[in-house]
Amino acid sequence: MSDMATHQAIAALVPQGAHVLDLGCGDGALLAHLMRARGCTGYGVEIDDTKVQACVQRGVPVLQLNLDAGLHMFDDQSFDVVLQIDTLQNLRNAEVMLQETVRVGRLGVLAFPNFAHWPNRWQVMRGRMPVTRHLPYEWYNTPNIRVATYADFVQLVRRTGLHVVDSFGLHDGRVRRHWPNAQASTAVFCVRR
Amino acid sequence: MSWIATPRSMHMAQPLALRSGAVLPEYTLAYETYGTLNAARDNAVLICHALNASHHVAGCYADAHGAPMPRSEGWWDNMVGPGKPVDTDRFFVIGVNNLGSCFGSSGPTTAGPSGEPWGADFPVVTVEDWVQAQAALLDALGIEQLAAVMGGSLGGMQALSWAVQYPQRVRHAVVVASAPNLTAENIAFNEVARRAIVTDPDFHDGHYRRHGVLPRRGLRIARMIGHITYLSDDVMNTKFGRSLRPLAQQGAEALARELYRYTTHDVEFEIESYLRYQGDKFADYFDANTYLLITRALDYFDPAREHGGDLARALAPAQANFLVVSFSTDWRFAPARSQDMVRALLQNRRQVSYAEIDAPHGHDAFLLDDARYHALVRHYFAQQVQA
Repeated sequence: MSDMATHQAIAALVPQGAHVLDLGCGDGALLAHLMRARGCTGYGVEIDDTKVQACVQRGVPVLQLNLDAGLHMFDDQSFDVVLQIDTLQNLRNAEVMLQETVRVGRLGVLAFPNFAHWPNRWQVMRGRMPVTRHLPYEWYNTPNIRVATYADFVQLVRRTGLHVVDSFGLHDGRVRRHWPNAQASTAVFCVRR
Repeated sequence: MSWIATPRSMHMAQPLALRSGAVLPEYTLAYETYGTLNAARDNAVLICHALNASHHVAGCYADAHGAPMPRSEGWWDNMVGPGKPVDTDRFFVIGVNNLGSCFGSSGPTTAGPSGEPWGADFPVVTVEDWVQAQAALLDALGIEQLAAVMGGSLGGMQALSWAVQYPQRVRHAVVVASAPNLTAENIAFNEVARRAIVTDPDFHDGHYRRHGVLPRRGLRIARMIGHITYLSDDVMNTKFGRSLRPLAQQGAEALARELYRYTTHDVEFEIESYLRYQGDKFADYFDANTYLLITRALDYFDPAREHGGDLARALAPAQANFLVVSFSTDWRFAPARSQDMVRALLQNRRQVSYAEIDAPHGHDAFLLDDARYHALVRHYFAQQVQA
């Protein structure tokens, strides 16, 4: 999912000059793009040694922390934007992390694989767990421990009382606002308290 | 590849006002430099040492024929040197022996105003005093701004203090296996070590040299305690486990004697042998008054104290970018203490990167050759620290 077009679609949601926290920042490519193209400041959070090194090599400030241990390191509303791009599905406690995301940031931007995208539905109907370009893992080796659909997330946000500022689907780098739950491989939500 | 390092020393004629209110009218600093200061004089990296180390950071000393002496490598030779993570082909690296130490800079073993060694009368020095003296040395060397200041443990405290005391003179601070102050438990370990020294009958209130003796027993025990806290439980078990020191005799009878020899003098378990060896070695080269002074400097360091305990406010003047590194099994300077510093830097919106290296070696890990740790420092210096 972390292709250039997706980065640009996500970056468009981040205001110019914003102070950004990128949870699960990977090799820091998105944050580097935000710093360079949109004058942002901020930090990435990553647990993987190799990816932490990649961030340092890019000059992206990175904090090696385990997100499952919470965000106690960060003060309330201390960031303009908190990103969770392709991260939610790897977290043990996705609901708490959603709450923490909007505690720490004035705006939370979450993107995750939408399991209700029609090719996934088709594979499940054929009796198999989906394996696609966007979900390349088999069920027995996937790092995704929380699988959800666009529609599931709408329910979670409603339940937690958060406000959805914007939401849409992304597929092949293009925004899908029509039937995102079926038409998009990636779900994107901008939420605030 | 061994290369030759040359120790130097600089006499400082300007008095140094210490935090305690005392004044050192003049002093000497032992130091070494590696690499070449560039024309812009902006590629200098200062390496700060911890309790028992010195200005001899890297390289070997030369023997009478100019060849490298065996086992004379500096204490951070795996980190600093040509092609090393802190690359002396790019950076001009400076190591300074701190005031109060016993490796050439003014301290208890050097001559005081009376011409006799200072002994116990050397004034108490703090991390802030060390930084001030290091800054005076940089002035003398014509270095206005450091590309980076770097240190581990107590050396990390100096790096942190540099960023606060001289914000305009530091572009990067690399703080490894350190803390913004010592916990009560940590001070407690230091106090046990100090009591071992001062209760040694040969201590003579710190004026042991006048009596022609050294409090070696106290120093040995102090070092043994230190070593326990520098290792992790796991690494101690892996290295020594419950292994017994074998007896010279062979056979079943010897084996039984080996198991229950119960002696208050001889070594029974291998770990005891290691600790005694480390203690003996230390007592041969380290000065007891220096040990007392430096552990006190560790205890006193607490930049947040004059800000009501608010570390974020204490670090507010810092302008440098930071790399903070901790080690997962370090319980003497635990990752949580490094995170305290990171948090305070975040609150000031300083540029900071933090890595917690998963290493089994406890506090000692910061001196060891760990691929992930060294790669991280290498990348940081190569990509972020502009020479």
